[in-house]
Amino acid sequence: MPDVTMVVNGEARTGSVEGRTLLVDFLRERLGLTGTHVGCDTSQCGACVVHVDGQAVKACTMFALEAEGAEVATIEGVADPDGTLSPMQQAFRTHHGLQCGFCTPGMVMTAIKLLEDNAKPTEAEVREGLKGNFCRCTGYHNIVKAIMAASGQDVPVTSVE
Amino acid sequence: MYEFEFLKPASLDEAVAALAEEDAQALAGGQTLIPTLKARLAMPSALVSLTGVEELRGICSDDQGRICIGAMTTHGAISRAMIGKVAGLAHLAGEIGDPAVRNRGTIGGSVANNDPAACWPAAVLGCGAAVRTNTREIAADDYFQGMFTTALDEGEVIVEVKFPVPEVSAYAKFDQPASRFALVGVFVARFADGVRVAVTGASEDGVFRWAEAEAALGGDFRAEALDGNAPGAKGMLGDLHGTPEYRAHLVGVMTRRAVAACA
Repeated sequence: MPDVTMVVNGEARTGSVEGRTLLVDFLRERLGLTGTHVGCDTSQCGACVVHVDGQAVKACTMFALEAEGAEVATIEGVADPDGTLSPMQQAFRTHHGLQCGFCTPGMVMTAIKLLEDNAKPTEAEVREGLKGNFCRCTGYHNIVKAIMAASGQDVPVTSVE
Repeated sequence: MYEFEFLKPASLDEAVAALAEEDAQALAGGQTLIPTLKARLAMPSALVSLTGVEELRGICSDDQGRICIGAMTTHGAISRAMIGKVAGLAHLAGEIGDPAVRNRGTIGGSVANNDPAACWPAAVLGCGAAVRTNTREIAADDYFQGMFTTALDEGEVIVEVKFPVPEVSAYAKFDQPASRFALVGVFVARFADGVRVAVTGASEDGVFRWAEAEAALGGDFRAEALDGNAPGAKGMLGDLHGTPEYRAHLVGVMTRRAVAACA
């Protein structure tokens, strides 16, 4: 089996994989980084979103070998090493942007990129940006509030779409 | 997924050589192909990843002023690059799938697959673009040959798509919200020598030009010029999302919306 090497959360990691090994399986099963979740496994739900070379991608719809030499960031690398939450994670906590938490790693990774690309999004832009991330608990309102808050903007009170 | 050999050539020549093997399959962004492989609907002996072929990526202009988009350029990159240049292309590319899908999915993959509900075929046909491959250049009117069927030969690789720049253009998509493909999508482009209207998502034969609308809009480029017009329901797709009659009606509606958006 071929080897693949990539930088994951700042650390070079190598492992042998099959051609059909998905990036998410490499992260979870080889590297033990189980924070990246597999919800649907059909590229709909976004629970598996990670950053590859600075872009949010669905790790269930990319082969590990395609990430050869790439910089990969997963949810495990978001908080400070001492456990202090990142501003986005803290905003999700403050605004109760999660219930069961299954979708949260993908939500947070998507939200971080969303604000990197658009520092002061409108509420509609946040909702549009979350199109590829499903949450079956919250109804999205508190997730939107969390992201708006993390962008330093007023939290919408009446969010109806 | 069935097992396959994963190949990652560094040049177009190497990719073409690898694809000459029996049952080898090109892998672009994988946003359709990987789910297809997971469902065991395809069983290639080798997947030839085009990720490492730099010459397939990027956007430039040719000496005829056409915008040339490399096959491996992602929807997201195209959308960002076309803002302020070609509104129809920026809008179309920016509404495909979702942000993460747009960061992987490519124009070349979409055009090669020719899904009958994909967005790119509407832009390629609607602009009268040309598909350049490793061996030739194919006009859009000759390229799309029916559902999941194109003029590409076995092992032929799309290198870039060359878009003539319209005076104005717009894409109006009626989203199928679960798949995020177009239930009906219409690309309208006005050029100095006429108007082109290309429709995706509606027909059993895949993307098509709506000639009647092109003629009407050529004389009067306003949504009102198409009042009450829609193509016939014969040959339209029918499924649980919409009957042929519904889709035919939507073609009229979405074409008027696209024309209105050109204003």
